[in-house]
Amino acid sequence: MSAAGRSMGLRGYALLYLLFLYAPVILLPLFAFNDSAIIAFPLSGFTTAAFTQLWETPALHAAVWNSLKVGVAAALISTALGICAARAATRSRFPGKRPIMGLIMAPLVLPEIIIAVALLIVLVQLGMPLSLWTVALGHVLICTPFAVAILSSAFLALDQSLEEASLDLGETRVGTFFRVTLPLVAPGIVASLLISFTLSLDEFIIAFFLTGSDATLPVYIWSQLRFTAKLPSVMALGFLLLLFSLLLLIAAEWFRRRARRGAGDEGWI
Amino acid sequence: MSAAEERAAPVAYISPRRRSRRIANALRGEAAQGLLLVSPTFLYALVLLAAPLALVLLLSFWTQNYLEIDRTFTLANYREAWTDPLYRLLMLRSLAISGIVTVLTVILAFPIAYFVAFHVKRNRALWLFLITIPFWTSYLLRVFLWKVILGYNGVLNSALIWLGLIEEPLTFILYDVNAVILTLTHAWAPFAILPIYVALSRIDRSLLEAAEDLGDGPLRRFFRVTLPLAMPGVLAAALIVFIPTVGDYVTPRLVGGSDGLMIANIIQVQFGKANDAPLGAALSVSSMAIVAAISLMLLLVGRRIGGASR
Amino acid sequence: MNAPLIALDRVEKRFGAFTALHGVSAEIREGEFFSLLGPSGCGKTTLLRCIAGFEQPTGGEIRIDGGSMEGVPANRRPTNMVFQSYAIFPHLDVAQNVGYGLRRLGLKREEAARRVEEALAMVDLAGYGARPSGKLSGGQRQRVALARALVMRPRVLLLDEPLSALDKKLREQMQAELRRLQRAVGITFILVTHDQEEALIMSDRIAVMFDGRIAQVADSETLYRRPVSRRVAAFIGVMNFLEARVSAASGSGIEAEIEGLGRVALRAEQAPGGAAGALSAGVRPELLSLLWPGESAERTAEGVVEDVVYYGYMTDFAVRLDGMARPLTVSMRNAAGRRAPAKGERVRVGWSTESVVLLA
Repeated sequence: MSAAGRSMGLRGYALLYLLFLYAPVILLPLFAFNDSAIIAFPLSGFTTAAFTQLWETPALHAAVWNSLKVGVAAALISTALGICAARAATRSRFPGKRPIMGLIMAPLVLPEIIIAVALLIVLVQLGMPLSLWTVALGHVLICTPFAVAILSSAFLALDQSLEEASLDLGETRVGTFFRVTLPLVAPGIVASLLISFTLSLDEFIIAFFLTGSDATLPVYIWSQLRFTAKLPSVMALGFLLLLFSLLLLIAAEWFRRRARRGAGDEGWI
Repeated sequence: MSAAEERAAPVAYISPRRRSRRIANALRGEAAQGLLLVSPTFLYALVLLAAPLALVLLLSFWTQNYLEIDRTFTLANYREAWTDPLYRLLMLRSLAISGIVTVLTVILAFPIAYFVAFHVKRNRALWLFLITIPFWTSYLLRVFLWKVILGYNGVLNSALIWLGLIEEPLTFILYDVNAVILTLTHAWAPFAILPIYVALSRIDRSLLEAAEDLGDGPLRRFFRVTLPLAMPGVLAAALIVFIPTVGDYVTPRLVGGSDGLMIANIIQVQFGKANDAPLGAALSVSSMAIVAAISLMLLLVGRRIGGASR
Repeated sequence: MNAPLIALDRVEKRFGAFTALHGVSAEIREGEFFSLLGPSGCGKTTLLRCIAGFEQPTGGEIRIDGGSMEGVPANRRPTNMVFQSYAIFPHLDVAQNVGYGLRRLGLKREEAARRVEEALAMVDLAGYGARPSGKLSGGQRQRVALARALVMRPRVLLLDEPLSALDKKLREQMQAELRRLQRAVGITFILVTHDQEEALIMSDRIAVMFDGRIAQVADSETLYRRPVSRRVAAFIGVMNFLEARVSAASGSGIEAEIEGLGRVALRAEQAPGGAAGALSAGVRPELLSLLWPGESAERTAEGVVEDVVYYGYMTDFAVRLDGMARPLTVSMRNAAGRRAPAKGERVRVGWSTESVVLLA
């Protein structure tokens, strides 16, 4: 096969693959606006009734509010922890660095159910009541590795001699952090906040295990999946969530790139 | 020179306290600073990850009667976890499903990663973005939507009937192992594509030209140069997919039916309805140990294959 | 004024098992342009960073103006640095970059602005203050880095390979300009470079470093004419090495037998490393000459041309003297109306005993 033919073949495969990837997502808007209680083809007509119904469901609003609270807390804490770890990992050598960083990054490769179970056992043993706080504690655990990864690349893109230059010109360490380091990694911090928030917003298993009486959004959706009548509104909710996540991600990507450009690195990945 | 002299002035007074300075210096050293900086994150992971995991391990050697925990050491939970045919079946099924999903995702992902790395000239970022977008829909909903696609009067069946290919809806695609495999293969696609893409895009193009220059055709060049150099990425992709899918809970629960249940579902039952946390802990520890052992083996084998490229 | 501005007293720096500096000692005088010259990995940058305060020596002491620098952090030292990468703050404009360090000095706003303008004028960047730093060329970035350090009026300015990122033409221009600037402000400069020509052109004195040790400290001419070791001689310029055997040495003179050149009588300072261990003799190629029939020299030797390399303004001849195994290089300035000897021709080589240096 010629090189051009191979390229065409690959492109065709890539398009088919994208179709496979998008198959479920395309259905979201279709059924969100479909005028039928049953989620099946053929489609019967256009309606925005499902969206109106969302507006009139207080339990959903409570769940959205809960998820926002958990998401903001998880984003703030995991980004703060991420700054510490990323800074230490990119700028210093210290004894035990590999095992320490390994433990911090471990949630990336641990099944979420294991993390959820482990935390549940501890909380039950300590007699701590389950609440949104306990969900947030778990979410911080799984968001931190992502924050560390994003912030590490931001710190790596920062030329170390910039901070040395600041010290050399008489600025203190603290002053250097605020006058040089922070402005230059700020976009990375914003990206980390946005990604952590998005992850927390979508997380189900840990929330399912660790929440008390307050449901987060995914836990609420889980409870609704059993009721056929509620499905169109779940579809509508899913569609809105997708749009919202996309917005956050585009913002995060924009900030991440600015972080690299700001530090003089134009490269992609 | 006044400003400079001011800055230089304190210097002269330092020498008498040199000893204490030296100690302070050592404490301010790179290692101490790094440890201090990493400690909040480390402590968090220690208290909320390492300690809980240790407790799971401990718990797996205890027994529970309703709400009472009996703290005498016993291997009974492990005996049950490893000999009970149900748990053994679920464990083997989980490993088989994850294994198949891993192989499928990596094989399906490789051409995409290759295409984006070598055949997309501009818009590379756009392609990567397009690949990741679907995965920011709620995971729950994505799995549920597969149920909609595969269901009795779902998208697939209605389309096939409409095309006249079948007369009765197909029933073997939902609520069984196949549905679980398909859904997981879909769910983990980008996690396989990205590491392979990164490995491929790091390959120095002049190496490929050198292979061609030395007489390799496209196919030989691919197997002798490209693939070995991409092995670290392939390995990473395989591990990233394999490890978490073994413990997946939502997919088997939603699309697996009773034939598609996996180990995570039974672990959840032990901590919930069955109220036997020690047995759940033993099952968790056992599955983690098996997964760790398989991953380690995969890593060693991969290192050997890709060894020459390191 | 006799006390040195900077005293390096057996400065030692170890990184784990690796020793970057083996007890380096040197003294740098007020107002001097001092260079640390050596191949990469010789410890010159580590030494500079120890002086700046970015690295803490693991032994010995650095004194500036008589005060020990031990435990004094970089931001409290009377030194400022021009970084190899220039380290221009990308989020600040030119004036903010130059004025960065003034903020800690508690100057009035107008005074600070005046000093920034002054510093910019000094490096020929007057009026560039509002320029975003991303829009600067390599040469301009270098000037901003220089202005930013000079505006602090340091006791010592440290320059870490400041010209290595510039192209050849710009580099030569900046060498002259740096030299001029140093004379004008009178501040002590310490330059780190691996470029021997750069060091020779710019410095009052040069310390040549190998493997974490200073091999020789001297002014450019002494370093070139009287290197203390074969290694220094080979690193600076081109040198012909000949086997030599010292037959007699006294306080006033040395007698030696040199391969291809015969027996020579030398003055004591022609063995700067000491006559005792001398095993070879060095002669610079440009201090040898090919003689035309009728021309004469203090001493002569005969040989055969084995190779000719033409450089435009000069030509190198590889001449194998009678009784020698390897050829010597003879550099001749090309002159009008002179036919260069061709390969295989027999020639006479002229030299003087003054051009010979004995090396360990």
